[in-house]
Amino acid sequence: MVPVTYYLALSAILFTMGALGVLIRRNALIIFMSVELMLNAANLAFVAFTRTFEILDGQVFVFFVMAVAAAEVAVGLALIVAIFRSKRSIDVDQMSSLKG
Amino acid sequence: MSVDLILFIILALVAIATAAGMLLSRSAIYAALFLVLNFATVAVFYLILNAPFIALTQVTVYAGAIMVLFLFVIMLLGSEKLPKTENLPWQRPLAVGLAVILVAETVYLLLFRNADTATIQRAVESFGNPQAIGEFLFDKYLLPFEITSVLLLVAMVGAIVMTKKEKGGQE
Repeated sequence: MVPVTYYLALSAILFTMGALGVLIRRNALIIFMSVELMLNAANLAFVAFTRTFEILDGQVFVFFVMAVAAAEVAVGLALIVAIFRSKRSIDVDQMSSLKG
Repeated sequence: MSVDLILFIILALVAIATAAGMLLSRSAIYAALFLVLNFATVAVFYLILNAPFIALTQVTVYAGAIMVLFLFVIMLLGSEKLPKTENLPWQRPLAVGLAVILVAETVYLLLFRNADTATIQRAVESFGNPQAIGEFLFDKYLLPFEITSVLLLVAMVGAIVMTKKEKGGQE
């Protein structure tokens, strides 16, 4: 089997790419997708550790992370739709005023 | 090189390439489809790591429900191509520099501080099957599981309240 370090390195690379996406993209939807990528990278590390130490708690944690991610996406996309209605744009640079 | 290592390298390259594709594509639809492919690749990793339940949850919840929701909103808003406006011109090089530092930091921590490169042993047959997960979920983690249902209900109500048009509002 592959050393667990390889999985952790892949997880770190995917997490960094997600963080980079949050920083460089202007589209609010793509920023959300990058957040999902980061959550997914953390899940991969959880499952790799679960497999290494043979304790199932990590997989249950991944299940809860997925539930929280689903809730976060539902609320976040509702926010994006609400912002688009008032500003006609989902560019995060346009969301600079405190009063909508 | 063993078969496992070759498989890992191919899948890792696909995962990194699809993540890069999501970062660089101009169109939000392409970004969403790249992300679906990335989630599918990670699901294959879960299968390799003896987590079949998590792998199928990944496919149904992430690649299925969440990404369909994303595509739905992209098509609803219809603004997948944004004009190139940069309010903070120094932000992009700064972000790339910070990301390089983060990768260097993690690689240093993984490869040099921690010399333990123990290979993963072959697991017993029943490890990670849905029955074992279910016993954990409904025994040790019963309270968090119930709280998750409340959380999902709150998210559902919140999403409906936020997108509902106000009565007598301007729209």
